[in-house]
Amino acid sequence: MSKLHGYRRFHPGTQPEYDFPFYASTAKRHPTQPLVIVPQTLSEITGPVFGTDDLKPADNDLTRQHKGDPIGERIIVSGRVLDENGRPMPHTLVEVWQANAAGRYRFITIRPGEYPWRNHYNAWRPAHIHFSLFGHAFLTRLVTQMYFPGDPLLPYDPMYMSIPDEKARVRLISQFDWENTIPEQALGYRFDIVLRGREATPMDDSPGE
Amino acid sequence: MSLYASGSQTVGPYLHIGLTWLNTARIAGPGVKGEHVTVQGRLLDGDGVGVSDGLIEIWQANAEGKYVHPEDRQKKTLEKGFRGFGRIPTDAKGNFRFSTIKPGRVPGRGGKLQAPHLSVTVFMRGLLKQLATRVYFPGESANAQDPVLKLVPAARRATLVAQRKSKGVLEWNIVLQGKDETVFFDF
Repeated sequence: MSKLHGYRRFHPGTQPEYDFPFYASTAKRHPTQPLVIVPQTLSEITGPVFGTDDLKPADNDLTRQHKGDPIGERIIVSGRVLDENGRPMPHTLVEVWQANAAGRYRFITIRPGEYPWRNHYNAWRPAHIHFSLFGHAFLTRLVTQMYFPGDPLLPYDPMYMSIPDEKARVRLISQFDWENTIPEQALGYRFDIVLRGREATPMDDSPGE
Repeated sequence: MSLYASGSQTVGPYLHIGLTWLNTARIAGPGVKGEHVTVQGRLLDGDGVGVSDGLIEIWQANAEGKYVHPEDRQKKTLEKGFRGFGRIPTDAKGNFRFSTIKPGRVPGRGGKLQAPHLSVTVFMRGLLKQLATRVYFPGESANAQDPVLKLVPAARRATLVAQRKSKGVLEWNIVLQGKDETVFFDF
């Protein structure tokens, strides 16, 4: 059996801590014991494989999944799914609340609104779209949120602010995409997503047959 | 080119809008080879209250100990109709339940076999990044030699082993905080 190729660990500061008091709901929902660090095995570097059979044709147009035209500003969101080595990740399922699409993705939706919530006094979530991705391994699984450029609510949002490193945080903000904007119909936004990448060299002690 | 992985964000309270289409509580149907089991349990928060808006995902090998994935190059057979993936939302009381088969043993590092296990990912509002854990099987002699279980402090290992409830039914709870806090992994 050829050697397995493991994945790099997350760069410090790019991921949120489980215990983050600014986001009140983390209080009773974070582990209090340290995570147990274990080696990557076949169980972690494999993961579910999805095919186009799993999707329906109109799955990438969120505005056509209900009767009648939805109310709001139509937008087109597109981007690439890359790994940390900059390689495109083909055959990666991208789930978007509420569409389901597949290396490069594109979907049409309505620009989401801001909404109030009860986390703290006068708390409002910035406009966002949820993304869920599998990558090619159990350990590349990612759920994240895409934000919009220029949103004044971002510095007040505990979820956005939970990413310690500012550069990493800013990467959750989509960019206005003039080239993909459709005249008189829909503004375009671009949002690239990066999943964990492989180590430069295969693991020394491969699992064997 | 060098990039850093995107930051994780919570699945939030509205996960049911976007993720239910892939809900799969039957990971293995009746025709699939192997010992069929139902796994049931609760997802409990720091107050011991069931998490009503949680989601768990399961990833596992087949009865021969092979994953349906191109990087599993073991000379073992795969069967139609088995992908090894499950997605189960918790109910109003924080319960979850799924049916599957006990997987075979898969190799770990250095070719040493691991004990049969299910890989589990946990998502919920209030959790900024998913949690990863495993379910091992009760009465399984291989557990004592499992290279991953051995890395877990002995007093906490039991949190990863399901308990036999009745014939074909296993119970395994996910406890986020407290005395019986489930072991979660980082790799």
